[in-house]
Amino acid sequence: MSEWLYSDVVKDHFMNPRNVLEDDEATWPSDGRGIVGNIKCGDQMLILIRVADGKIADVRWKTYGCASALASTSILSEAIKGMRLEDAYILKPEDIVAKLGGLPANKIHCSVLGDKALRAAIDDYLSRNGLPSLKGLENVEIICNCLNVTDRDIEEAYKAGDRSWEDLQARTKIGTACGGCKERTLELLHQLEHLYGE
Amino acid sequence: MSKRIYMDYNATTPIDPRVREVLIRELDSYANGSSMHEDGRRVAKDIFAAREHVAALVNANPGEILFTSGGSESNNMVFNTMTSIALTRTSHLKALYGGRKTIITSAIEHPCVMESAKRLESLGFGVHYLPVDGNGIVDMDRYRELLGRGDLSGNVAEKPLLVSVMMANNEIGTIQDIALLARLAHEAGALFHTDAVQAVGKIPVDVASLGVDYLTMSCHKIYGPKGVGALYVKKGTPVEPFIRGGHQEGGLRAGTYNSPSIVAFGEAARLANAGLAAYESHTRPLRNRLRDGFIASIPDIRINGHPEQVLPNTLDVSFPGAEGEAILLMLDILGVSVSTGSACASGSLEPSHVLMATGVGPELAHGSIRFSMGQYSTDEDVDYLLKEVPQVIKKLRGFSTVSSKEHV
Repeated sequence: MSEWLYSDVVKDHFMNPRNVLEDDEATWPSDGRGIVGNIKCGDQMLILIRVADGKIADVRWKTYGCASALASTSILSEAIKGMRLEDAYILKPEDIVAKLGGLPANKIHCSVLGDKALRAAIDDYLSRNGLPSLKGLENVEIICNCLNVTDRDIEEAYKAGDRSWEDLQARTKIGTACGGCKERTLELLHQLEHLYGE
Repeated sequence: MSKRIYMDYNATTPIDPRVREVLIRELDSYANGSSMHEDGRRVAKDIFAAREHVAALVNANPGEILFTSGGSESNNMVFNTMTSIALTRTSHLKALYGGRKTIITSAIEHPCVMESAKRLESLGFGVHYLPVDGNGIVDMDRYRELLGRGDLSGNVAEKPLLVSVMMANNEIGTIQDIALLARLAHEAGALFHTDAVQAVGKIPVDVASLGVDYLTMSCHKIYGPKGVGALYVKKGTPVEPFIRGGHQEGGLRAGTYNSPSIVAFGEAARLANAGLAAYESHTRPLRNRLRDGFIASIPDIRINGHPEQVLPNTLDVSFPGAEGEAILLMLDILGVSVSTGSACASGSLEPSHVLMATGVGPELAHGSIRFSMGQYSTDEDVDYLLKEVPQVIKKLRGFSTVSSKEHV
């Protein structure tokens, strides 16, 4: 068979995904639950975790999405078993992509849900148990170096209703100095639409 | 896996061995079809015969066929002609079309029509994209309203200059009533074009009974080589060269004749014309058996496109709960080639504009697969799909956060 679109690792995890939740959620009681994405944008991800001694003891997931999205969730689920919550909380999409042996550039956006679903599950676990939040510890990417605007600032602005470059500039002053970050910002807006879009 | 099952004939077709033979033979006829010497005259004669075959396939006169590099060029040529008409100083064209700056097309056209229409929009034309119903048929009430708008307002710019509606859709296979659309366009004084790339060779296409001014064809959809197509231009209809230079095609399409491909196109057209009835009786039963088999074995699916006015070879299905790119790639691993309307396969974040226009919603568009068959498809191919596709859908739905029932 000729060369496949993706790496052998992606193919393996796509065809034989690990830790899939086989039945409905009730059959697998969990300590934390996270769900992100929406079907309208073509992908959605659910992650359930069990926690013991501050570590992820076990995980199950379901994903509606393309081959890269399925493979990313599968490999993430393998990677986080036994991981301390603090470490799991700061996983980045790039870490997952690296484990997959890379993805084509136009497929990177299909792998951005996993770490967010995981953080949502950890947040859920911590709040259920009255434990201190880890919010703020996740890695942030500085998008606009001139005015020090991060991806999290953009995410908050999106949640507050910003949908365009102009909206974001009005709120965060992003790119009002050199403007070199516009392309990356628009990419982020796309991803956020994926995550939260209607 | 050694043998692959090809179910993507609407994307392109394998070359017919009889066409390949002609193509290879003609590669050795190296002379320039425009040359006066005997070698050149021989090539010119072959090109003329090809033109006759292509003309016969759509019941045109050979003089009404322009050879181009393919469907996209043909479509571009028509839209480009409109910019020239709008600027023309030729008195009879001015009398017929002067001041008209309105183009009507549909919401489900091929990108080469969509992009050409958008360009005209950017040049100041008013462009209207006719909506379609759930089966993909254009909205006739809206069409009549748009055609009459200029008369009503007295604003000549609102009068239609061109109507361009595809004959059969590449994705869902829906066939439009082109004869009616063309008649109404002409009553409103507009020119009428149809992109018939997916219709030619699959269903009867007769430019006389359709009454169209321009019709687009492509060779590689009818078992011939890629890179060659044609535009039918009814005698007396204005047309502007898209590629300028030599006197080929009456000065309307410059560039040394691509004679091997053109001659092969002629052979493909001849075979398609002779085999039209056989094509229908071969493909439609396969398509319908696949459709009925899916309905019987896979819960909660939707068959897209018109139930009857549909190409005999095209079956577009939405499998809610499973995502199209994932279905495509799983079938690919099983040796089956199909295509999808999912955003994830297109490089954009938007799913198929055709399915979205039919109003099925993003969930069903993301989970759509097009099975398009052809003259080499077999009962065994259908058997294999009926065995494998239900398992693939079941597997992907098992991974999915989405319950299939929510979306049908």
